[in-house]
Order: sequence, then C-alpha cells, then structure tokens
Amino acid sequence: MLNRIDLMSYILECLQGMITEGVEITPTSDLINDLGLESIQVMNLLMMLEDKLDISIPMNILLNVRTPEQFLHSILSHLESTNGAL
Amino acid sequence: MGLYDKFTRLASQREQFQTSGLNPFGTCIDEVYSATEGRIGGQKVVLAGTNNYLGLTFNAQAIAVGQAALAAQGTGTTGSRMANGSYGSHLALEQELATFFDRATAIVFSTGYTANLGVISTLVDPNVVVLIDEDCHASIYDACVLGGAQIIRFRHNDAEDLERRMVRLGERAKDTLIIVEGIYSMLGDVAPLIEIAEIKRRLGGYLLVDEAHSFGVMGATGRGLSQELGIEEDVDIILGTFSKSLASIGGFAVGSKAMEVLRYSSRPYIFTASPSPSSIASVRTSLSIIAQRSDLREKLWNNATRLYQGLEKLGYKLGPHISPVVPVMIGSKEEGLRHWRGLIEKGVYVNLVLPPATPAGISLLRCSVNAAHSEEQIDTIIRAFAALKSD
Repeated sequence: MLNRIDLMSYILECLQGMITEGVEITPTSDLINDLGLESIQVMNLLMMLEDKLDISIPMNILLNVRTPEQFLHSILSHLESTNGAL
Repeated sequence: MGLYDKFTRLASQREQFQTSGLNPFGTCIDEVYSATEGRIGGQKVVLAGTNNYLGLTFNAQAIAVGQAALAAQGTGTTGSRMANGSYGSHLALEQELATFFDRATAIVFSTGYTANLGVISTLVDPNVVVLIDEDCHASIYDACVLGGAQIIRFRHNDAEDLERRMVRLGERAKDTLIIVEGIYSMLGDVAPLIEIAEIKRRLGGYLLVDEAHSFGVMGATGRGLSQELGIEEDVDIILGTFSKSLASIGGFAVGSKAMEVLRYSSRPYIFTASPSPSSIASVRTSLSIIAQRSDLREKLWNNATRLYQGLEKLGYKLGPHISPVVPVMIGSKEEGLRHWRGLIEKGVYVNLVLPPATPAGISLLRCSVNAAHSEEQIDTIIRAFAALKSD
C-alpha cells in the first residue's frame, strides 16, 4: 500500500543527496530555482522513485512538475490512471 | 513577464565565462590549416576536439569531388526532397549506404540531429514505450518527446537495469523501442550491445543503435559497434551522421524495406532542405574510403591508446574505455575553465563540457583524436596536460 507521507519523505531524502548543503528543502520548494537542480537531476529523481516502488513511470509525467509536492502528485496521478484508485 | 526572463539563471551562469579570456562556448577557430591544426586568436593549436575521427576533412579526393559537384550542380538544393525533388546523388548515396550496411533501405537526412528526430519521432507515438540509456544524446530525447512516446530511462550502460525496467513492463516489453549509442559522445565508452541484444532476444522489443561516434571507427569495415560485436542482425535500425568520420554534414538511417515509408511520414525529413550537392559528393568519396582503408582505423586506435595511456600515466582521471573520445575529468567548472584556457595557451584545443551536458555532474575536458594526428601531435597534447599539473 502506497503511503503519501512515506513517499514524500523519500522524495525529500533523495533530494537531500542532490543539493548543496545548507539549502532548505520543503514540499513547495522550486526544484530548479530554489534547490538549483538541473533538469537531468529531476529525471534521476524519477528513476530513484521507479526503483523504490519497483514500477515503470515514464518521464513524461515531469512536464509540469516544479516542486516536490507536484512531483508526488504527478506520480500518484500516473499510478491511479494506470492501476485505478490507490 | 519578458520573453527571456526564464533564462536569467542560465544567462548569469554563462556570463562568468565571457567576462575575461576566451569563451569555451563560443570559440572562434580563426583558421583551420588541416585535420589536426588551426589557429585561435594568435595561438596555433593542435585540434583535439573535432570528432573528425578518420581525419578526412582535408582528403584531397573528397575535396576534389566536392568542388566538382559545387561547380556542376550549384551551391545548394534550395528545397526539400519531397517538394522540390531529390538529386541523383542523394539517391546514389542512399544506395551506397544500403549496400555498405547490407540493408534494404537507407535514408539520407540533412543532419545527424535530424536523422534521429526524423526516424524516432515518426516511429513512436503516445502508446509506444521507449527505453533509452540515460546518457543518450539530446537529439534522441528530443525525438522521443516530439513523437509523444512514453520515455523510460535506464542507467547508463547497465544492461541489468534495462532488463529490470523491461520486466516491469510485463507484456508491453515486447513492443518497446530500445535506443542506445555505439560510443557515447561524452565519456567515449561503448554500449554493452551483446548483453542488450540478448535481452531483446529474450524479452522482445526493437533495437535502434545510434552509431554517430562509432561509425567508421569500429567494425571490420567501419560499420560500427554492431559490426564489431557481430550482432547486426539484432539491430533493427542504425542511425549515423556524416559530420564525424565522414567529415561533412548530414545524417542517415539504415533498416528494413518497411523503413521507406518514413519518406512520406517523417516531418523532419519532409519539411527541411536536402543536403547540398558538394556535401553529398564528399560523403560518397569518404564512404568509399571508410570501406577500403582499415589502416585509418588502426592509426586512429593507436593514437587513442597513446593519448589515453599518456594521460593516465600523468594521473588524470579518464573515461572507462580507451576510445577516440578521451574525456579528462576535472573538478569544478572554474577548474575546467582554467585548464581549458591553459591548454590553448600551450597550443592544444579540446572541448570543455560542463553539467548538465555531462553525465553525473562532472566537468570534462573532452579530447578527441583522429587518424591524421601524428604521434608527435599526440605527445604535444600529453605534454600540455603535464604542464597543467605543474602550473
């Protein structure tokens, strides 16, 4: 069973390893402008989530993702559209 | 909001490279003397950042046929092949490429980028899953996006990771398009094609290999990594470029007879001007040289090995494989810039490549050697790197 809170914790934990020390990460931080990620790092974050959940998620879901919150929302929306209600 | 506001961060990042000294992302090579020498400002340099792998840019025969085509057929075709017609030389080159690769069909495109865009974006659609190596060239990413494919990346050169991701797809795996490159442009490493072909045989799917950097460089007759490893039958489509070993500009795809339909469905093929007659003429000559001159490949690999081992001996961190692309890994962007400028002062031109264009966020001094480099020139490059260590 997918737990939204656990997933967000995992996303934030992954991000911690990608950014400069001392930068605060929140669910509403802008991945590019606030956290300084390159677009390729956002794609890498998705790969980490795919492995964590052991599923395939196309990177197309990243199109409008700007924040960790939107990242989580996009993943959950994708899973609902492919597997039904979670 | 201004049209260019979203580029503020990028603009400020790039500004630091323009404030003083040479700009690595806007280098003007003021004169080119040969396949291996040029001048940047007042400095004569050994060209070690050109992708001119077989050193054919100054081949006398290729120049002569190019000049003759220029005089006989004019400076350009001024239109697309579908609307304005193909020249006989376009068709002749396609036939020669098909014969060279022993495939039913070859299609010529205006650039290597357009070849990837034209083939991949047309073959895929929103129902198709593509599995691409994470280090694939931007043209492959762009093509997948243009076609609306469902894009799943796998870890670079990791066949087990590819398999894991295919298994997750279940039944859909057999309809996927797997895309890899022969030699990767930044790290110069080669794809584990034997393992990937084996996965394809077991799980299904189609395999497309972009041989842009391996065409002319690998394989008994220069057909690339697929030929070198003896797995050409497992590869459904091979893509390549004229702007590296063939020393001109343009791109191509070779595949089955069914591929012919792309001529009527591929927008990047249809809606762009065709390659100029002089380019096509030079490419046809260079293609015949590639087929006949295995000694060029031998010289190229000797040069690559000499440079790789020389730099390794100096203690530089390099890519995992010896290949004509020799990446020297440098720490920060600032260090990269300092080293790049230092090399030019010492008479060596290489490419500075910074994240996000590099894998794993590293800064690279990307050297590329060619068959026309003399051993002395390779040693000049090594000495310049050695001098940087003591600067």
